[in-house]
Amino acid sequence: MPDQLVYAMEVFLNGLMAGVLYALVALGFVLIYKASGIFNYAQGVMALFAAMTLVGVMEGQVPFSHLINAILGTKVHHFGWHLPALIGIVSTVVIMVVLAWLVQRIIFKHLVGQEPIILFMATIGLAYFMEGFGDMMWGSEIKKLDVGLPQGINLWIDETTYNIFDYGFFIDNLDIFATIIAAILVGGLVIFSQYTKEGRAMRAVADDHQAALSVGVSLNFIWIMVWSVAGFVALVAGIMWGTKSGVQFSLSLIALKALPVLMLGGFTSIPGAIVGGLIIGVGEKLFEFTVGPLIGGATENWFAYVLALLVLVFRPQGLFGEKIIERV
Amino acid sequence: MNNSDGYVTDDGRTIGGVVMEMKNITLRFGGVTAIKDITFDIREGEIRAIIGPNGAGKSSMLNVVSGFYVPQEGEVFFRGVKRPPVKPFEVARQGIARTFQNIALFEGMSVLDNVMTGRLTQMKAGILSQAIWRGKAEQEEVENREICERVIDFLEIQSIRKTPVSRLPYGLKKRVELARALASEPKLLLLDEPMAGMNVEEKEDMSRFILDVNDEFGTTIALIEHDMGVVMDLSDRVVVMDYGKKIGDGTPDEVRNNQAVIDAYLGVSHD
Amino acid sequence: MFYREAGDFSKTYREDSQTFPIRFDRYRYYAVLLIAFAIIPFFLNDYWVNAIFLPFLIYSIAAIGLNILTGYCGQVSLGTGGFMAVGAYATYKLMTSFPEVSMVVHILLAGGITAFVGVLFGLPSLRIKGFYLAVATLAAQFFLVWLFNRVPWFYNNSASGQINSPERTLLGVPITGANTEPWAVYLFCLVFVALSAVIARNLTRGAMGRKWMAIRDMDIAAEIIGVNPLTAKLSAFAISSFFVGVSGALFFSVYLGAVEVGEVFGINKSFLVLFMIIIGGLGSIFGSFAGAAFLVLLPVLLKNVLVTGLGWPTDIAAHLEFMIVGGLIIVFLIMEPHGIAQLWRIAKEKLRLWPFPH
Repeated sequence: MPDQLVYAMEVFLNGLMAGVLYALVALGFVLIYKASGIFNYAQGVMALFAAMTLVGVMEGQVPFSHLINAILGTKVHHFGWHLPALIGIVSTVVIMVVLAWLVQRIIFKHLVGQEPIILFMATIGLAYFMEGFGDMMWGSEIKKLDVGLPQGINLWIDETTYNIFDYGFFIDNLDIFATIIAAILVGGLVIFSQYTKEGRAMRAVADDHQAALSVGVSLNFIWIMVWSVAGFVALVAGIMWGTKSGVQFSLSLIALKALPVLMLGGFTSIPGAIVGGLIIGVGEKLFEFTVGPLIGGATENWFAYVLALLVLVFRPQGLFGEKIIERV
Repeated sequence: MNNSDGYVTDDGRTIGGVVMEMKNITLRFGGVTAIKDITFDIREGEIRAIIGPNGAGKSSMLNVVSGFYVPQEGEVFFRGVKRPPVKPFEVARQGIARTFQNIALFEGMSVLDNVMTGRLTQMKAGILSQAIWRGKAEQEEVENREICERVIDFLEIQSIRKTPVSRLPYGLKKRVELARALASEPKLLLLDEPMAGMNVEEKEDMSRFILDVNDEFGTTIALIEHDMGVVMDLSDRVVVMDYGKKIGDGTPDEVRNNQAVIDAYLGVSHD
Repeated sequence: MFYREAGDFSKTYREDSQTFPIRFDRYRYYAVLLIAFAIIPFFLNDYWVNAIFLPFLIYSIAAIGLNILTGYCGQVSLGTGGFMAVGAYATYKLMTSFPEVSMVVHILLAGGITAFVGVLFGLPSLRIKGFYLAVATLAAQFFLVWLFNRVPWFYNNSASGQINSPERTLLGVPITGANTEPWAVYLFCLVFVALSAVIARNLTRGAMGRKWMAIRDMDIAAEIIGVNPLTAKLSAFAISSFFVGVSGALFFSVYLGAVEVGEVFGINKSFLVLFMIIIGGLGSIFGSFAGAAFLVLLPVLLKNVLVTGLGWPTDIAAHLEFMIVGGLIIVFLIMEPHGIAQLWRIAKEKLRLWPFPH
């Protein structure tokens, strides 16, 4: 088998796994959008905040230590404990749920019935706020996140592929683990929304707030539930990415990456988010591998967007989205 | 009265020859046939009502008349000339204006600005003139404003001309929409349920305005309406639709006594 | 009591459609112009010009541009940073290729080039709407930044990838480069700002503005009454991008002098200008100025109060700025979607009656 093709296969597999991670992040968006019509630009920052909180809790950081020290002239930084990952994760989930409740009560309750673009801009505002708040609370330096996930090159794949292709594929254990977790989460979410009472209520709310209210669905409860689930998804995504590249600002840019995934798949479709994520994950990496070197490299910065743009021009609702019919 | 010559009505209005002819119109949306093989005409200067139970296809018919929907089968003749399919925004230039069942005003603008948008097809000053403003663009703006102010006077909405449209009650919004349609000085005016949601007084006002428009400007009017009293009082001729088909066509009296029409409204089941 | 309006009414439509129909407002406007052109230049120093006036003036032009596209025509764009970059790099190539030609020509040409690019990236708006379009404009943003980073022709193959603005003069006075005087750069930008405001005001008050607003409010109805959506949207993109391009050109050549595209014209720039028009007021020329002033002054204020005043570290001031800006966006969107401009209008209404309550 020619070398280029073998390398391409490796790139393809890595792309698939990146795609699964994109899909996971995109799912968080789809859920909120389905339930409330809001595209939550702040999802990425929430993932960052979740990861930062996790690290902060586990490492025993004092929240707002920087600010406290500045005002009071003290030098506190840590409480001095180290908590196991499980406790850290549970506490962070609790905090994210509280956050979801606050966001719902303070912001989106007042924006019911506004156009999507206004809601979108509100989430941009929220993203900026959360970024400043998160940095203020936990500090903006890069943190290492270690919750005990498997990392490093997967030796079994390395050896097996070496035996077949004379070239050992480099596939990170973390990516494999992330893929499995993401797949489980995705499956769980699909089952939840299709087959449970709460899931049905969520879909009702996504269709028509007023109608859902009139059949007795509590909007508040659904929204809090949805934002909490999204927060949990954000946490998982944050843990995966954070373990891989450290907990830092660039984590919040995940949100930006999810956008083309959703544009491609259609904002209201869970399978769309998955397929979109995979297409973009694979597409990005393959494009960079094949065409990238010819035009200067680093095409991953824009490929996803241009691809999504082209798809939207031909199919404005995305690949799986509902057709937008406008009537006067 | 099926000849193509004009005639004079009892109250002295002149009705001319056929100005709009719909021949064998069939309109489909995917699997749903909204209009099945309908033929009727509209005479110049008349008030033509289109009536029928809900879902009969009346609004779709109006959209075909205005050119917004292109029927899959059939032809539309405007002033004797077969009308080629045109883009929706080109339809307005033919001199056809319409109002909408659910109000389609521009909520971010004032009443005056909304009425002025009715004249956008007639405002020709280029971007450069508009950027400079003084001279040609300003002149055109003032001229068009005069025309709009006459319409505003006619419909008695002077006191709200600077009010943002979003703040107006429903009845006034409908009147502003009529003003916007009139501002373009149309030859054919299409009104989609102009009385919807109004009380008796508002209906009387609106009826008076519609009659005045037809009387003073000679505008041909086609309207969709559910209030039978209004239809009988206002219209010269009526088309009755049900389930996308035409089931009656004639003067209000002829249609009132048509058995098929009575059945449709009383709900006798048919295929 | 401030507004003596008795006897001040319009007798012609021409008078009624003025920018400032009330005499008091008109005099106030002339006073502002007088102060801006004839008085401020004498009191400027390097700090004031570089920290406050130049960014305010230049961002005002960008805000006017984005407001035309997003506030008046309803097409949300997140590509403002990328388009400013087009203006900047166009200016750079023009300056270095035609060193003898006046800066005024270069800046206007750069605006024109950006207008052209704007139309190109605006074509999808004919099929894609609302905030799908916003996301599509991100394609423009990321692609353009990548382009100016990776294609060496744009930065004349310099090793650092940075572009630098060589010295140019206007009427013998340096307006770019290291030897400029504060009053010279201030006046140069001020003239562009004044012209931009006048042109934008004229375009938005007439037929063009109504076409844009009709598309924004209900594009299907607009089409039905005869507005060609293609020309309306593309003209909005073109004119908006012209202003944004001019802004980018000035930003690079006069204000910063040296630019590395990823840092200066990244997505944060796009958000910044968007925040300016949200806070300032969508669909308002005055709002563009108000928003630009607010977002230029806020960090300066925070820095002076917190860092210089209270001695807090600078990164806390930066974090606080994010929180305040983000929070204000949300507050304005909830409570006053028409921004500072609306608050100002309400205040003026109350002032017209003061001291009477109604």
